Amino acid sequence: MILAWLIVVPLVAGALAWLGERQSVRLCRWIALLALGADLALLAAIWLNAPAIDPTVRSGWLVEAARPWIPRFGIDFHVAMDGLGLLMVALTLFLGIVAVACSWTEIRERVGFFHANLLWSIAGIVGVFVALDLFLFFFLWEVMLVPMYFLIAIWGHENRIYSAIKFFIFTQASSLLMLASIVGLAWINASATGEWTFNYFALLGTDLEPNIAMWLMLGFFIAFAVKLPAVPFHTWLPDAHTDAPTAGSIILAGVLLKTGAYGLIRFVVPLFPDAAMRIAPVAMALAVAGILYGAVLAFAQVDFKRLVAYTSVSHLGFVLLGIFAWNELALQGAIMGMIAHGLSTGGLFAVAGALQERLHTRDMRRMGGLWLRLPRMGAVALFFAIASLGLPGLANFVAEFLVLLGSFAVAPAAAVLAAVGLIFAAVYSLVLIQRSFHGPAKKEIRATDFDRREMAWSAAMIVALVWLGLRPQPVFDAARPTLEELGVPAVLSDEGAEP
Amino acid sequence: MLDMLWLVPLLPLAGSAILMVTRGELSARTVAVIGAGSVGLSAVAALLVASGFLASDGDTVRSGIATWIASDRLVLRFGLHLDALSLVMILVITLVGFLIHLYSTAYMAGDEGFSRFFAYMNLFTAAMLVLVLADNLLLLYLGWEGVGLCSYLLIGFWYKDPANGYAARKAFVVTRAGDTAMLIGLLLLATSLGTLEIAELLERAESSWAVGSGIATAAAALLLAGAVGKSAQLPLQTWLPDAMAGPTPVSALIHAATMVTAGVYLIARTHTLFSLAPDVQLAVAVIGALTLLGAAFAALAQRDIKRILAYSTMSQIGYMFLALGVGAWSAAIFHFMTHAFFKALLFLAAGALILALHHEQDIFRMGGLRRRLPAVFWTFLIGAAALASVPLVTSGFYSKEQILAGAWAFDRGGALLGLAGLVAAFVTSVYIFRAVFIVFFGPQAGHGDAADVALVDGRGESTRGGRIALLLPLVALAMLSIVGGFVDAPASAFSDFMSTALPRAETAENETAAVMLEITAAIVSLAGIVVAYRLFFPHGGRVKAPAVRERAPWPAALDRLWASGWGFDRAYDALFVKPFVAIAAALRGDPVDDAYSGVAAGLRAAWRGAAESQTGELRWYAAGMLAGLVIVLAVALLL
Repeated sequence: MILAWLIVVPLVAGALAWLGERQSVRLCRWIALLALGADLALLAAIWLNAPAIDPTVRSGWLVEAARPWIPRFGIDFHVAMDGLGLLMVALTLFLGIVAVACSWTEIRERVGFFHANLLWSIAGIVGVFVALDLFLFFFLWEVMLVPMYFLIAIWGHENRIYSAIKFFIFTQASSLLMLASIVGLAWINASATGEWTFNYFALLGTDLEPNIAMWLMLGFFIAFAVKLPAVPFHTWLPDAHTDAPTAGSIILAGVLLKTGAYGLIRFVVPLFPDAAMRIAPVAMALAVAGILYGAVLAFAQVDFKRLVAYTSVSHLGFVLLGIFAWNELALQGAIMGMIAHGLSTGGLFAVAGALQERLHTRDMRRMGGLWLRLPRMGAVALFFAIASLGLPGLANFVAEFLVLLGSFAVAPAAAVLAAVGLIFAAVYSLVLIQRSFHGPAKKEIRATDFDRREMAWSAAMIVALVWLGLRPQPVFDAARPTLEELGVPAVLSDEGAEP
Repeated sequence: MLDMLWLVPLLPLAGSAILMVTRGELSARTVAVIGAGSVGLSAVAALLVASGFLASDGDTVRSGIATWIASDRLVLRFGLHLDALSLVMILVITLVGFLIHLYSTAYMAGDEGFSRFFAYMNLFTAAMLVLVLADNLLLLYLGWEGVGLCSYLLIGFWYKDPANGYAARKAFVVTRAGDTAMLIGLLLLATSLGTLEIAELLERAESSWAVGSGIATAAAALLLAGAVGKSAQLPLQTWLPDAMAGPTPVSALIHAATMVTAGVYLIARTHTLFSLAPDVQLAVAVIGALTLLGAAFAALAQRDIKRILAYSTMSQIGYMFLALGVGAWSAAIFHFMTHAFFKALLFLAAGALILALHHEQDIFRMGGLRRRLPAVFWTFLIGAAALASVPLVTSGFYSKEQILAGAWAFDRGGALLGLAGLVAAFVTSVYIFRAVFIVFFGPQAGHGDAADVALVDGRGESTRGGRIALLLPLVALAMLSIVGGFVDAPASAFSDFMSTALPRAETAENETAAVMLEITAAIVSLAGIVVAYRLFFPHGGRVKAPAVRERAPWPAALDRLWASGWGFDRAYDALFVKPFVAIAAALRGDPVDDAYSGVAAGLRAAWRGAAESQTGELRWYAAGMLAGLVIVLAVALLL
């Protein structure tokens, strides 16, 4: 049950951090850090010893465990991890540590409760990435949202209540549709087999009328599209990001959005392959719209965090495009895109938080020339901006190139339009740097440059982006068994095309 | 020797990494040693590789160290590829690069970003070397984008002035438009041929695509778009004059000698694709001809010495494109090499002027500097002579003459293309000697008390070490500008060597025609100098700016048009920039969100209406019930 520990450790640590607040504020921070570090060690143990832990695991998977939970409806505590889940959990824990490090001096109110919410949210997200019982999945899907709501509503900025409620309503309304679909699917399966089950593997082969499959698929699709977020369901995101505390933004952008993409790969296409392929053109159109629309809106913003939030819409458009192109290149690109976006955008949000902590503003009209006083911070921000515009040699480029290549093979027009987004990405990334760090220095700005703690998390993320940009193969190798199990096709021919 | 190939790009990369990690904590001296030394060592490695390559039988060398991306059937390595073409490129990049780095140690002395400058310059050199050594197109693209990034960073190096930032962004975004087209070209090639490895890809293309087929045309056209952006050719040329906002050594290295010729390299490297798409190859020639003419005229009307050189660079790369387009492959690379020598020389000499005059760049505020800065005068003069292709004694003459010969021999409108080349050669002589006469002759001008004008470094000091660092590169490049042409004349050693990598040009069979052309080119070049002398030599008084001169050699409207670079900036501003900004401004509030806000507002209104109806008055409730009853009955009766 090593997977259960992955969820339990942050859950318990969250409670401890809450209690520990009375002792000392530093204690809470260290508890959070240690818990996430321990979880990362557990994950490493799974990765290194996978076959030894669970020799009977089904092919394509690393570990699996199941215990009955509500037997009357065939609901189990059923968790399993494959390469895809492993990558996502690793990203979650890594960014969790960064989030704690970024909040070290930013959060001063109710520190214990803050870390409790952060850890519980992370526990929920980890759970989502390993749950293979659809009911459990839904349960954990909700678990990750409530603490996030509190993070925004309590520790957020000016408009926090509005943004937190908007976030909550969008995700709740859409997850209601998913719940209906889950129950519907289980019911159809139960009436065919005479036995209730929410087991992912059991439901995989359910026979469905095309029409019914379409409706059930849409329930899942909308829930995941809202979370991703895909245009036109994205409008909760800029508000939530702008008002969330730094750690909230990092977790939100870095991993919470990825649960949407994960859900599309894990559930939507495998459970409803035909229906999903029927809406693929629509999904790809939405993806391209998101890439371009998000990029244009990012350029238009004057609020640092809001600008970065809209770039997320644009980047996740590439992920959506890759998923619905549904071939090996595109999916490898989409998975790499999730990781790369988590690092580069998480980095930009962390910089935004550091700026707000120093300048008490996110308005770029009041910045400018910061490089002069904050050269280290400027260099870090420049790096993340460059990563985000897709410079080759960094992780984002690998992702975007593979997504474009995979989608070009099946839908050249969509790929070409998406590529135009790369030009826009250059525009908004460089404008971001110009408005904040370049230009003449404003006189009234007094601030200290990045200290050692801040350089530490910056360096960790920079190294990760460069490493994945030059050696992406470990990620591909981890994801490949998953894609093979899903029957993802290859598209390139070995020989030259016919004359 | 050949196994040192990896050191060539890795040494500058290491230099850059050290300078970035230490972030200005090293002493200026150490920074200079690392910055210039890493490129110097890289040049030594390149020379050793060259000797090894020449000693071997000239076979292509390939060396891969690791897999980069492997997915589906696509396998991309970190692999290098060395043949005659790459070898010439790395020699020019490292040697000219080293001289410019050396010069920069004095030019940038005292700048607060000294370490940052060399970090970026070294990174640029590494990326440029990767670009020309890459054995697959994606690794080439990595270098391609890397040099673009460094160009952005160095144009905007003095970041406090927003104009520099604007110029830097403009350069990056305009070239990225071309880069994106090129990336789409890569997608097309990879999906239709199943590989991006250059040699394999060209082989497959040749065996499976017919000459003139749609797919070959599309692929070549997309690569051409990338080349046009990087090499500042029509219609993506607008960024280059503004790129002069960067420090002058940057202009010399990136925006004259190396990066802007990446497009030439790309087309030469993938020449098979262009041969399969004759229409696109013709387009290469036409773009080159139009650019070389247009930019030459634009250079005539500039006042800023660096902008004269920028338009000149554009024009000279136009010659290289013309050569590529007419199939004179080796001539294009030959001209790349000679141009790297004399244009770097011109920029470095201009930089010395600019420093001596306290950052004055307007030629109409200069004058009579021949006596005050003799070394700069003579080296600039040599560079100008090479650019104007003064016959026999300059390298520019030999390389340009080959291009013109190639154009004449071309069977699709060769005469017209050749004529364009000749006319522009004349204009080239005029514009560069206009600058020479105005800047160096006549009475002392501008900083008129300039008795103190002397060779100074970036601090404004004239130290011995600084003078050497400035002069040595000038002298070396001046010598190369003179003798660089003899590698291919009179004996054709260079083109023989290049023919191991690129197809030989079809030469005109007619010996007399070739000689006639050579003589014509020589006359045209000298005529231009004479005309420049008549128009611009300051006989007695100073030459005034066209705006204040009574008798301008050409109409004022034309002068304005040329000065603005044919008005492209305004057109693009109206066509692309303004609409984009307007659309962004219109969408700023995210109209999609208005729909949701509308739903929320509707619900709130409904809630308020429902709340209003709760008046607590019995009569209202009774009336409401009655009305409801009536409606229900009415509906029941009517249906």
